[in-house]
Amino acid sequence: MDSREDDGGEPLSRMAEWRDVTPLPQDDGPHPVVPIAYKEEFRETMDYFRAIYKADERSPRALRLTRRAIHLNPGNYTVWHFRRLVLEALNADLDEELDFLQRIANSNSKNYQLWHHRRWVVERLGANAGAKELNLIKKILSLDAKNYHAWSHRQWVLQALGGWEDELDYCQQLLEEDIFNNSAWNQRYFVVTRSPFLGGLKAMRASEVRYTVEAILANPNNECPWRYLRGLYKDDIKALVNDPEISSVCLKVINTKNNYVFALKMLLDLLCHGFQPCHEFRDSVVALRTSQPDPLDPDLSMAICDILEHVDSLRASYWIWRKNKLSVAAV
Amino acid sequence: MAELAVDKHVKYILAVEKNKDSFESVVMDHLRMNGAYWGLTALDLLGKLDSVNVDEVISWILKCQHESGGFSGNIGHDPHILYTLSAVQVLALFNKLDVLDIDKVATYITGLQNEDGSFSGDMWGEVDTRFSYIAICCLSILCCLDKINVEKAVSYILSCKNLDGGFGCTPGGESHAGQIFCCVGALALTGSLHYVDKDLLGWWLCERQVKSGGLNGRPEKLPDVCYSWWVLSSLIMIDRVHWIDKEKLVKFILDCQDVENGGISDRPDDAVDVYHTYFGVAGLSLLNYPGLKAIDPAYALPVDVVNRIFFSG
Repeated sequence: MDSREDDGGEPLSRMAEWRDVTPLPQDDGPHPVVPIAYKEEFRETMDYFRAIYKADERSPRALRLTRRAIHLNPGNYTVWHFRRLVLEALNADLDEELDFLQRIANSNSKNYQLWHHRRWVVERLGANAGAKELNLIKKILSLDAKNYHAWSHRQWVLQALGGWEDELDYCQQLLEEDIFNNSAWNQRYFVVTRSPFLGGLKAMRASEVRYTVEAILANPNNECPWRYLRGLYKDDIKALVNDPEISSVCLKVINTKNNYVFALKMLLDLLCHGFQPCHEFRDSVVALRTSQPDPLDPDLSMAICDILEHVDSLRASYWIWRKNKLSVAAV
Repeated sequence: MAELAVDKHVKYILAVEKNKDSFESVVMDHLRMNGAYWGLTALDLLGKLDSVNVDEVISWILKCQHESGGFSGNIGHDPHILYTLSAVQVLALFNKLDVLDIDKVATYITGLQNEDGSFSGDMWGEVDTRFSYIAICCLSILCCLDKINVEKAVSYILSCKNLDGGFGCTPGGESHAGQIFCCVGALALTGSLHYVDKDLLGWWLCERQVKSGGLNGRPEKLPDVCYSWWVLSSLIMIDRVHWIDKEKLVKFILDCQDVENGGISDRPDDAVDVYHTYFGVAGLSLLNYPGLKAIDPAYALPVDVVNRIFFSG
């Protein structure tokens, strides 16, 4: 296979190997609805591509041409589609293909076709490709740790080819780098609930709660760990309400009088599900309202809604709705 | 507050020649069908669809149809479910669904459903809840949802539900506002919204509004006009749209306009494109902005077009 990246942009019309091909221009219909102005190099490459595609020429030069076309526009389904046919026909070295894909991903990592093609390649390489692939994805995530396509592909690799053993550590590492990374939190949940080595959600709950509580105390305004905490008690709201660690982290955050919106929200949810607060909770909530002239509602849940309505004014309607729901429940 | 520069946006969408070196013009070639849907739907919402030559559009669309029944993004490209929905939506805009061999299109889409109820995007088998929505929306417009296994399609979508009430692209995938629109839309169109935890999802969705008034698509990401559509339409479908600050969102979208040359961008002061112009206008339509036609949050088509499909036969 040619080692050059894309023939250096030299016009195809001047290259000897393309002399026998008549380029085929794009038919855009009579008067294009969304007219396209084509860049010259792109236009020429696509004209040659259309000719080769129409002739169904599955040759080494066709493979090079698709590479050039992909460099100019990695979003084109048909080019990728044809490249797979050529790769199959030539029985090409797929490890080399993976390296090519990695280079494309480094500059253009948010492209559906690229990732789908990559999965096709890895599927054919089989189980031995798993470890290498997980490492390559790490490199892409090191450039953008929230890349949706890369995460989706990584989940597929884990499920199809394995490699779960180090995944929780990897999540840990990414969260140390950025505790606000929701993709890493999601992956953590994915690993905790699906890894064949960890024993499932219930077995992991206690240690995960400890980890999450720490993350919350470090950044109480981070919505990710609060949601993760709820997820750890999926389908078991009673256990959430009864776990003293949960109510206690709410109290600790509220007592700091800073960034307490999510803590109040969690406390409100606990109360709605039957949590019986001691006086300390009420005192802490009351302390948040020192500067407000209105007297605080004697009902703790109502008081929390009142506070949130003012502090989180963008979502005031949500908190008013929560409050109305409380009064309906009380009747 | 600034106003929507209707005439400028119409002019922008209809603009004949673009900057020859623009990245957009290069990458749009293969997805012109999507571009046509974005541009034409925005024009219709702005009340200016009549400035387009219908026959030319229809004949071009039909040239993009393949033997399989599917449509490609442009003439001579491969068919994909993404372009098939756009083609059907544009035909619906022009009240020209009758030019279609409906069985043929339906057969193409039906053939993309997998054993587990999910849908592939094309013959190469990429699976994504986006394709579930597209298949269901397309078949619903063509009034032949009964041709797929709806129960399995719904159960696959539900397998992609997350702890935050949102949905991802495949089971275990992170919640993302775009995927949530697709899943909630597909559930709405199949009468399955009762499976959605509306209060939990509604809270996640309204948490997407940031101080500037704009909406992001995932926690800790930047706001983007396109989420005015994905988040807002989802909130409307689950009846929780009153939980966000609509006035601030309207202002954010209007701040993203190029008031001189027309078009809307992802964020204030960025370069405009057709995609964000459509999502900005559609978002404003969902927010009942005066002078715009109403858009249906599940079909992503003007309400009068949807009514014509279902109530004029």
